[in-house]
Amino acid sequence: PPIVLFYVEFERKCRSHVSLLCCHASCFGDEDNAGQFFSSGHTNNWAVLVCTSRFWFNYRHVANTLSVYRSVKRLGIPDSHIVLMLADDMACNHRNPKPATVFSHKNMELNVYGDDVEVDYRGYEVTVENFLRVLTGRLPPSTPRSKRLLSDDRSNILIYLTGHGGNGFLKFQDSEEISNVELADAFEQMWQKRRYNELLFIIDTCQGASMYERFYSPNLMALASSQVGEDSLSHQPDLAIGVHLMDRYTFYLLEFLEDIHPASKTNMNDLFKVCPKSQCVSTPGHRTDLFLRDPGSVLITDFFGSVRKVEITMETINLTDPINPVNGELQIRKYSYVDQLPVSEIIHQKPKQKDWHPPDGFILGLWTLILLVFFKLYGMKHLKHIF
Amino acid sequence: FDTSAPETVDPSSVPQPKDDFQEELVIRPLHSGDIYASFQFRTVWETDFMRGNKVSHYRLFPKSLGQVISKFSVRELHISFTQGYWRTMQWGQPFQPSPPGAELWVWFQDSAECKVYAAGCVDGTWKELTNVLSGIFCASLNFIDSTNTVQPSASFKPLGIGNETDHRFLRYATLPREIVCTENLTPWKKLLPCGSKAGLAVLLKSEKLFHSSFHSQAVHIRPVCQDWQCKTTSWELRQTLNVVFDLHNSAQGKREWSLFKMFSRTLTEACPLASSSKIYIDITDNPQGEQFEVSPATPLLSQAVVLGDRRTFSVYDLTQQITFGTVRSLNLLIRWKSSEGDMLRPLLHAERYVAGYGLQTGEIHTLMYNNHPYRSFPVLLLDSVPWYLRLYIHTLTVTSKGKDNKPSYIHYQPSKDRLRPHLLEMLVQLPPNSVTEVTVQFERALLKWTEYTPDPNHGFYVGSSVISSLVPSIVAMDTNSTRERPLFSSFFPCKEESSYFVRVYTEPLLVNLPTPDFSMPYNVICLTCTVVAVGYGSLYNLLTRSFQIEEPSPGLAKRIANIIRKMRGVPPL
Repeated sequence: PPIVLFYVEFERKCRSHVSLLCCHASCFGDEDNAGQFFSSGHTNNWAVLVCTSRFWFNYRHVANTLSVYRSVKRLGIPDSHIVLMLADDMACNHRNPKPATVFSHKNMELNVYGDDVEVDYRGYEVTVENFLRVLTGRLPPSTPRSKRLLSDDRSNILIYLTGHGGNGFLKFQDSEEISNVELADAFEQMWQKRRYNELLFIIDTCQGASMYERFYSPNLMALASSQVGEDSLSHQPDLAIGVHLMDRYTFYLLEFLEDIHPASKTNMNDLFKVCPKSQCVSTPGHRTDLFLRDPGSVLITDFFGSVRKVEITMETINLTDPINPVNGELQIRKYSYVDQLPVSEIIHQKPKQKDWHPPDGFILGLWTLILLVFFKLYGMKHLKHIF
Repeated sequence: FDTSAPETVDPSSVPQPKDDFQEELVIRPLHSGDIYASFQFRTVWETDFMRGNKVSHYRLFPKSLGQVISKFSVRELHISFTQGYWRTMQWGQPFQPSPPGAELWVWFQDSAECKVYAAGCVDGTWKELTNVLSGIFCASLNFIDSTNTVQPSASFKPLGIGNETDHRFLRYATLPREIVCTENLTPWKKLLPCGSKAGLAVLLKSEKLFHSSFHSQAVHIRPVCQDWQCKTTSWELRQTLNVVFDLHNSAQGKREWSLFKMFSRTLTEACPLASSSKIYIDITDNPQGEQFEVSPATPLLSQAVVLGDRRTFSVYDLTQQITFGTVRSLNLLIRWKSSEGDMLRPLLHAERYVAGYGLQTGEIHTLMYNNHPYRSFPVLLLDSVPWYLRLYIHTLTVTSKGKDNKPSYIHYQPSKDRLRPHLLEMLVQLPPNSVTEVTVQFERALLKWTEYTPDPNHGFYVGSSVISSLVPSIVAMDTNSTRERPLFSSFFPCKEESSYFVRVYTEPLLVNLPTPDFSMPYNVICLTCTVVAVGYGSLYNLLTRSFQIEEPSPGLAKRIANIIRKMRGVPPL
């Protein structure tokens, strides 16, 4: 039966503006809407959220990443467009007094782990190599879709890194580092392969500003929690859990993001003001010289939220008849369940047929030597007795 | 006594649904005061994934798993994620056993693209399958490779129907280190037809489930007989979740359990897509209600033979509105009145530990206990040890009651460094009422520095041993596989009445390998200071040191003589 399909166009700038678009007519209906449709620049949103620290005392880094994950999911980016990498498991860690929870506020006010979380890379999989492969898209062919960053040239990507870092490097899992040069080169590869439209890079580590010093690709905006030579500090410990729960910069960032909803108009200049020196003790920094648009015109939801572009059409499509599965000829033979422990069969099992390999050089040489010695000693006349 | 589901409509007028979904929950109070809850969700679908025309219309069966079956020519798939270790001596036997960590075993089918004698074909499919499953279940199953995969030669026979069992199509792997948390439960719940929104799955809240002594979730896919004639097959998907709640963690020490206390939810409706939705409470130890009381009371009773014993259950049928009563919600309450009574000792259980000292050698001991007073039975022991523990098989001893016990079947495949693990399978007859000890010595290998994990001082895991056995049963088992039975009693197929199949897993082992010191600053400071001191110091001395001749100082007598001569005004000696 024919089915009428409806697509709904949802404008970013106006609340909910529904307009009809006729596929075969050349007019768009409203010139204004068409102009706004094409000026935003991006059609989909992705997020790559990485926590690089292992061990229980680095609980706060996992809480940082999960709080950004929570905000990003709340503002509309679906799980299929988020690549979440957590280097260690804090929620089900045996030292966690409240299993399956990760809190961001003391007195256990806010559980950022939640009930609906999908971690794509976890534990030992969070390595520098995997991170760079996710960014550049050079993954082995059998990698599942949930572990890939399938962005295109109209994607806005948010990248958030947290962990322990220093001047020019970020430590992954206590055993390796990624340097700012490698990161800048990875972004350049992404630019050359047209894997992003605009990219927002946020880093919350000690001396975080050193990580974006070397960027040179266009359309990158970067934020860091501290300048070179400064340490990023943690916020507050919880006495029941026994560790520090969040870092200061991400704590105030989470507070800021909790006030954002999918239709809000706050722009990047407000984001740069998050966590001044009085609250953060370190000086947050940002870099916008590589970004083409003015930061004041960039909405927070351009990176943290998700854009859905839909169109209404009145065209109808006729569905074809369903394919009826062909029932094969009825099998006459009877099936049965297999014996789970057939003792007599096992005892009398023939040894597994090993694959036949041709004899290797040593065996051939040994036999040649034996035959030569034999015929030297006894002469050739004995050949006919053998064959 | 069995209450069968009421007949709904005339079969000829309504097209029969080809797929069927059932859900059930079994609650068994344990003697230690803990409580064991086992969920089973079963979808049966009469279809053939292996035929040429692709299946495209999925209704109750999840599409992600259907595509996995058809793409990788899977005949059977069993995957489980477990947190904690099942304590057989305190809790009895579980309905579906599982080892700590992740376990995956798959039977493949011979297909046109993959003939088994084409070397590596099944291995290639296995590698792709583990990657796809790691994406579906958010687990690091991609760490399964040839170094932890084995091909058992006699264990793990297919649980579904089938006529031939060529073990070259079987692959088995465990990841004892795998962590199970909410991110594994979330995609598991999304495979259910009703999700976690209706039916028994609303009880699956991660904050309560992971705050328990034992948590295990599994997915089992296999072909089953459709009817008693068994001429056509259907695909069955079972999702099971076993959890044991601890008396002190979840119930604050009071022996009073309720659905709200266990799961922080109550039930309001059955899943509308389910043909049967039941809760069974095991009241075998409580025939007259003297040990504990169950409320709300229910007139429905059911008896089933499971794990070699006839158990009686109170049944709550969620498809009947009357179960929910006037408050429209069901909160079962089990209150203990007395704490006497012994648990029946399980007939088979096992332990394993590492003996020895130092970081060079060690010994693995596996103990298997047969608690039957007069019957002996055979067990099949499967051991898969990673290559970095080099087993000395000539030191393998099997002793029962102090005497040597020669196994009737041994299959040993030695390991190859960095390629494949050791595989040891033995069929041992356990004498009645005895302990059988299997010991083997090993030596620890030194790994290359890139092969260490980021936290090498934690140690390295050795997967659990698997002990499969046919244990003599107290009551006659039910061999009719197609009669309407509760789900928990039809998991393992039963071929004979006098014994039932059981699988026991031992503990995984944690061994320390000789680990180099990875502390970078210490090494760098030592090395740098040594280089500076030795190299630069010597060079500086060579360049700036000048030599002068110096007379040795005279002895004491000569010095006194020189002083006297000075006083006399005579030149010194």
